[in-house]
Amino acid sequence: MSSATFLGMPPFPEAARSAVEDSRTRHNLHKATHTIRGKRDAVVGELGDDWQRLRAEGEAVKTHTLRHLDHYLEKLEESVRRAGGTVHWAADADEANAIVTRLVKQTGESEVVKVKSMATQEIELNNALEAAGITAYETDLAELIVQLGEDLPSHILVPAIHLGRAQIREIFLDKMAEWGVPAPEGLTDDPRALAEAARVHLRELFLRAKVAVSGANFAVADSGTLVVLESEGNGRMCLTLPETLISVVGIEKIVPTWSDLEVFMQLLPRSSTGERMNPYTSTWTGVTPGDGPQDFHLVLLDNGRTDVLADTVGRQALRCIRCSACLNICPVYERTGGHAYGSVYPGPIGAILTPQLKGMSSEADRALPYASSLCGACYDVCPVAIDIPEVLVHLREQVASTEAPLGEKALMAGAEAVFGSSTALDAAQRAAGVMRGAVPKHLPGLAGKWTDTRDIPDIPEESFRKWWNEREEGR
Amino acid sequence: MRIALFITCVNDTLFPDTGRAVVRLLERLGHEVVFPTGQTCCGQMHYNTGYRRPAARLAVRFVQTFEGADAVVVPSASCAAMIREHYPKLGRTGSRLSRRMADLGPRVYDLTEFLVDVLQVTDVGAYYPHKVVYHPTCHGLRFLGLGDRPYRLLRAVRGLELLELPGATECCGFGGTFAVKNGAVSAAMGFDKARHAVGTGAEVLCAVDNSCLMHIGGTLSRQRSGLRITHIAEILASTEKEYATT
Repeated sequence: MSSATFLGMPPFPEAARSAVEDSRTRHNLHKATHTIRGKRDAVVGELGDDWQRLRAEGEAVKTHTLRHLDHYLEKLEESVRRAGGTVHWAADADEANAIVTRLVKQTGESEVVKVKSMATQEIELNNALEAAGITAYETDLAELIVQLGEDLPSHILVPAIHLGRAQIREIFLDKMAEWGVPAPEGLTDDPRALAEAARVHLRELFLRAKVAVSGANFAVADSGTLVVLESEGNGRMCLTLPETLISVVGIEKIVPTWSDLEVFMQLLPRSSTGERMNPYTSTWTGVTPGDGPQDFHLVLLDNGRTDVLADTVGRQALRCIRCSACLNICPVYERTGGHAYGSVYPGPIGAILTPQLKGMSSEADRALPYASSLCGACYDVCPVAIDIPEVLVHLREQVASTEAPLGEKALMAGAEAVFGSSTALDAAQRAAGVMRGAVPKHLPGLAGKWTDTRDIPDIPEESFRKWWNEREEGR
Repeated sequence: MRIALFITCVNDTLFPDTGRAVVRLLERLGHEVVFPTGQTCCGQMHYNTGYRRPAARLAVRFVQTFEGADAVVVPSASCAAMIREHYPKLGRTGSRLSRRMADLGPRVYDLTEFLVDVLQVTDVGAYYPHKVVYHPTCHGLRFLGLGDRPYRLLRAVRGLELLELPGATECCGFGGTFAVKNGAVSAAMGFDKARHAVGTGAEVLCAVDNSCLMHIGGTLSRQRSGLRITHIAEILASTEKEYATT
């Protein structure tokens, strides 16, 4: 067992360059994203105009909650305590990992089963637990595949989206035995056979585990209820069978009431898996005597979120409900896959969330806001109307004002000088007209990134304005 | 009607034929076209790359140049979207500048919008005997919401056979400085767009944005595909009479 990490990966343009050349991954991604797109379009389309109303309501609930987050967080804490749970506050990943490690150690156990959770991926909880001698078993099928394969998640909803079933078969045959029940001999790559192998492998863990770790899709402030939506039933197993349940939840996951939750129960399944309703929705409120885990801990995670909240443009990223619709529609994600983004949050939402949560001190984080052609498809499908292109441009402004490459700064300054007066533009156009025969097919420097794969247009003899002025003079 | 033409820096410098076509078309439809010569660039490249202040300075120049116009026609959906969607955000909220920008915005039109919505014409009397595919560029499709306007204009062109472009709503991969900052991804997107277009058997690919067409066309030309690109204005300006002479 070794721990994979995104640390030290190359910046997006470099990682993306090798990713687009991987034809097997591109084939897998094209097929998967287009299938989910089709399903989403169908279940969103059937709602007609209601969809835009739901979307506006989802946006409004999240915006309101984030504006009064201090109030709702304290309310949630009070509700969870009243229901018999314990609430912990974690300012960053290290604090959250330390809290969870301590809680697991207190139980005397050395293993935990996990419900799929982005928050625990974000803080790399599994690595922290491993360092403390605790084994964390992922029980979501795709997370299991990634964990067994010593790989990294490449999608928020479908972490193993980059893998085809033949590759999954190999991973199962090769690795399951190291972790528990081995894959059956003669395992085929039939999806049913693969699911059955995972089911048998996991069943033993569910029945054995005394501690579970989860995240939550939503936390209802006024009742203290946590909510997980899932498809496989593994979450239900983890949330009900163990004696101790520890839930690590980002502070932005709050909704005020159950009637607010209703809006998201319609938005999330349709946007994520393209279903009217997901197969399993589990809700739990503190501790219920004689039923389910008798020891419940909620770890509320900041890890950069209050910094994001302070940015008036960027804060809309905190509305995200992790549905992945923006990944599935994104033409860039479709061609690079998730690993190129160097974060557990890939795709358009990752490009605005990661640099805001982590800050932009590294070249890799500064490259993310540029990992988009600003085509706007992500904004169109976002169920909580996050204007991702707007935030991308906003983050680019932060990069440009500090760490922009010199070549780019020179280009922008040069362009501004030319566009600063129509006389300068006219002069530049006339010079280009004179030089037109001497432009090589392959250009040096930044322009070479264009001519590597594309021809440049023929430069015309005269600009439009020259033609216009001559026409006016001739009248 | 007196129409102010904002040609855009890309068309002015690299695609003057598009500008000449717009003038020919609008004059043929009986309107007067003026070209305020102080115009340069809308500032979109600066804005999208994160250079907000130079973009704001270019926005001020644009507003000063076009403020008096009844209607400003732009043969580029992305520049029209820049002016309409982003200019009002460039001035300080509530400032005189942002009010002036918000005031001018509704009078700025992409060419196809202007024809269909303002002049209320879909049959512009054009003749273009070719198999054509239309690529709806992202700013036209998602930011301006051009919808079926370009298709209605093209379907009314005599001799033109409009073919369906698979994956039409997907970005071509140009994206301004994205084309060089993430050249490999941009090229991969461009290849797919080119492949879809070539697969239709069309002779000509048209769009409302020459910048996207420059990217797709550069890809098609490097592949020696034989498929040509042209701005929709050049198709709409073409007539039987003029066709014979060009």
